Amino acid sequence: MANFLLEIGLEEIPARMIAGAEAELGRRVTELLTRERLLSEGAKVTTFSTPRRLAVLAEGVLAGQADTEEQLTGPSWKIAFKDDAPTAAAEAFAKKAGVAVNDLEKVTTPKGEYVGAKAQRKGRATAEILAGELPKEVLAIYWAKNMYWRASKPERFVRPLRWLVALLDSEIVPVEITGIAARRASRGHRVLHGEKPVEIAVAGGYVEALRGAKVVVEVSERRQLIRKALDKATRTVAGARWREDEPLVETVTHLTEWPSVILGDFEPEYLTLPEEVLVTVMRDHQKYFAVEGAEGKLAPHFLAVLNTEVDAEGEAIIRHGNAKVLRARFKDAQFFWDFDQKVPLAERVESLKAVTYHKDLGNYYWKTEENLVVAGRLASVVKAAGVAFDEAALLKAAELAKTDLTTELVKEFTELQGIIGGLYARAQGLDETVAKAIYDQYTPASTEDAIPTTVEGQLLGLADRIQTITAMFGIGFKPTGSKDPFALRRAGNGIIKILAESDLELTLDGIYSAIYPILKISGPSFNEVQVFLGERVKSYLMEARGFAYDVVNAVTSAGSMVVVTEFTLGAENVRHTIARAEALTAARGSEDFVAVSAAFKRIKNILRQAEEKKFEIGAADGAKLASEAQKLLAHADELAPKVRKYREDHAYTEALSEIATLRPSVDAFFDKVMVLDNDPAVRGANLGLIASVLEGFSGIADFSEIVTG
Amino acid sequence: MSSSVDAVKAASSALTFQDLLFRLQRFWAERGCVLQQPYDVEVGAGTMAPETFLRVLSAKPYRVGYAQPSRRPADGRYGENPNRLFKHTQFQLVLKPPPVNVQELYLQSLEAIGIDLLKHDLKFEEDNWEWPAGGAWGVGWQVMLDGLEITQFTYFQQCGGQDLDPICAELTYGLERIAAFIQDVDSIYDIVWARDPDTGVEVTYGDVRLEEELQFSVYNFEYADVPKLWEHFNAFEAEGKALLEQAGKLLTDETASPKDKKRFPLLAAYELALKCSNLFNLLDARGAVSVTERVGVIGRIRALAVGVAKAYALQKAA
Repeated sequence: MANFLLEIGLEEIPARMIAGAEAELGRRVTELLTRERLLSEGAKVTTFSTPRRLAVLAEGVLAGQADTEEQLTGPSWKIAFKDDAPTAAAEAFAKKAGVAVNDLEKVTTPKGEYVGAKAQRKGRATAEILAGELPKEVLAIYWAKNMYWRASKPERFVRPLRWLVALLDSEIVPVEITGIAARRASRGHRVLHGEKPVEIAVAGGYVEALRGAKVVVEVSERRQLIRKALDKATRTVAGARWREDEPLVETVTHLTEWPSVILGDFEPEYLTLPEEVLVTVMRDHQKYFAVEGAEGKLAPHFLAVLNTEVDAEGEAIIRHGNAKVLRARFKDAQFFWDFDQKVPLAERVESLKAVTYHKDLGNYYWKTEENLVVAGRLASVVKAAGVAFDEAALLKAAELAKTDLTTELVKEFTELQGIIGGLYARAQGLDETVAKAIYDQYTPASTEDAIPTTVEGQLLGLADRIQTITAMFGIGFKPTGSKDPFALRRAGNGIIKILAESDLELTLDGIYSAIYPILKISGPSFNEVQVFLGERVKSYLMEARGFAYDVVNAVTSAGSMVVVTEFTLGAENVRHTIARAEALTAARGSEDFVAVSAAFKRIKNILRQAEEKKFEIGAADGAKLASEAQKLLAHADELAPKVRKYREDHAYTEALSEIATLRPSVDAFFDKVMVLDNDPAVRGANLGLIASVLEGFSGIADFSEIVTG
Repeated sequence: MSSSVDAVKAASSALTFQDLLFRLQRFWAERGCVLQQPYDVEVGAGTMAPETFLRVLSAKPYRVGYAQPSRRPADGRYGENPNRLFKHTQFQLVLKPPPVNVQELYLQSLEAIGIDLLKHDLKFEEDNWEWPAGGAWGVGWQVMLDGLEITQFTYFQQCGGQDLDPICAELTYGLERIAAFIQDVDSIYDIVWARDPDTGVEVTYGDVRLEEELQFSVYNFEYADVPKLWEHFNAFEAEGKALLEQAGKLLTDETASPKDKKRFPLLAAYELALKCSNLFNLLDARGAVSVTERVGVIGRIRALAVGVAKAYALQKAA
């Protein structure tokens, strides 16, 4: 049993790509070793990465493949042996099988007698297999952006490959990738260790050898080191905490090989700038962590994660340098903030004519006008439903929402659009409701993000997104596959999330009928919008709410097989769709319910067969039904009004419990009754019965979609 | 606190601006680079000088370094912003093909200008570069020193819309930033440009360049005559297009002599493209290019620049 180590040495890999590539390398090596029967029972595969390397260590690798025996069949016996003497055919086969002619056997098969041979397959040595297979596996790793670097461009990879370590215990595996032959020499930290090679004596000693060269190869260990160092550095400021930021922790973990942390300061006067601006500069531009005081307010400090360790003098130099860069950036932001105040948002609407929204649609002045109309329409629907809000504030917000695109601060920090507009509105003394709606217009930006807190913000967010989607679909920009250049899926997700998590009494159909009359969009394109947003509901249920895909299919296709259409997605408040999915998720745990679901699947199959055979579906006429069928009919008739009542009251759990009580009747029916009876009258009545059961009880969910057993 | 600041000052060997350039030039000259002078036509970046843009197109190995004053009219701040300039200086280095130890060489060049890496934090962070109007792009990093971007490091992949083979490494040192860093000054204008070895009298960056920053900001933002700029643009473009048309005919003409092909003035056509690029930047700073027009104008510059690159490749093959 041996340990196998592969380390791929690279020039700095982009931080965002490392985790995926590390996992993929681990998967590829594991699959290779498994495919080649080289992993022992209980073998363990561990992966590592730093900005300059991807590595994998497989513990419990066999020295080679086991020998195998293979039964081969050759030419027919008659051709291979004439008068018991081997012919050329026998000799050729024996040679191919790697056995002596004497060892050929007679094999009797139904087709006749043939020559057989037991070929011994020598297992190949692990090193030989790895040397042959690894280059393909490594070069197949996916990169979001790659490059070529060797003359005549033989391969592409994320960055140039500079060294390779491949060891089976202490033996070098003779593999070569991109012209680099594997050795036992790795490299350490660029500065702290320098250019001298790091000899890896045995595969299992990898982690410690690199640690000696100032490289922590385990990602989880570096992450821990960074978190602890952030804690420690923050403790020097009384009552302070660093602001948790998981994505940033990941980024700096993938930017360092030997991390440490310094705490630096900036002038408290910059705290008059909005926190959003300060944090964006620190986090997005400088990759610094923000520090907050006891009440969660920003404190005039920052934390920088370094890729080195330095003495006190070095620390002072680095702190000084980082603080200087930050100060210059804050100074710029301060300048832009002051500069932008000279022209208030209200005076910027006209200048939106100079900002292109889309060349085939118009500029942001056009977009603003469209948004205003849509917002007004939505406002009427919501007002009619009795939701209280300030309509004038909504329209003011819609009018000013895009004006921050003309400010210097947004040109500098594009990621803060909307937020800057809200902050300026507040600073310029506009109504707080207006400011808040502008501020929140782009939220939620992701599944995890919260929706706008005010009705005005929610309506503005809906109007902006629905306008964007219908306008883009109108000129043929429908997202397809991985192509979604205008992030319409994200816009759609935002709409569904706002509908689902707000108290707006608004359905998708409500939105459609409100805006359809004013849209310049063709019928087919509009249908595509509806299908698209229906898909977004499904995606919301699965990704944001975590419902199983079969539950989602069941609740989103409810009523589609049969005539009942009260639950078409658009007509229903998304909150009720969620309630149905919740009830169904709870119900699927009950045995009775699962049995009923299976029965519904059966019903559907029978109805499909009947349709194929063109059997007539009659009325569920009691006179023509057998006694078990009559009992089911009676039971169904008794349940139907109850279920309907629960459904109307959105009491889905109760409705599903009622439906589950159908089980004994359904079971007995299928047990005793031959649905597709030879007598057309009986058959028609039976079909009528099961069709009415399916129709009557599929309104909450199409149970036949539920995956059972 | 004062002791740490002293440490900072002591640790920086405070090269003057011109010493910084000398050291970089010497370092790379000793590693086989041709030292060129700045290109004498307005460019937005060192990449646009023909020593990069056209040289990279051929397979012939080449190493060159030059300091290139780079004009970005929209970045002018009348000499009032301590960190932003209308015209900054790039020390541009092109290594074709890139040596395998190009990153190590780069680190040594930092040591050569007095940066003790053991006392600083250095990171290579992903930053891919492209110049759409030149059909040029590459992948690489911004080199961060104590949180400051000091160099753009790019592996060129395409130029003039053509795959490069071999590729080259392009290192672009931001000289003002690096000087402000090693001299530890808060404003670019306080950088010591030169120091008289006899008297110790210092000449600052502000002494040398402040007037230029002020007057060109005024010109770029206030005085540049928009209709005239468009006229210039159209005139340069027309001449460039005419040259390219002739080049196209000549270089694809199998009966034409290689000698005639080699002497065709594509380098002049490229200068006309550069003129257009600079005029576009001026018009942009004047706010005279609407967002809708933008794409179209960039397309016109691209047609010239990429056209020259394609013709140049044909000429080299002739």
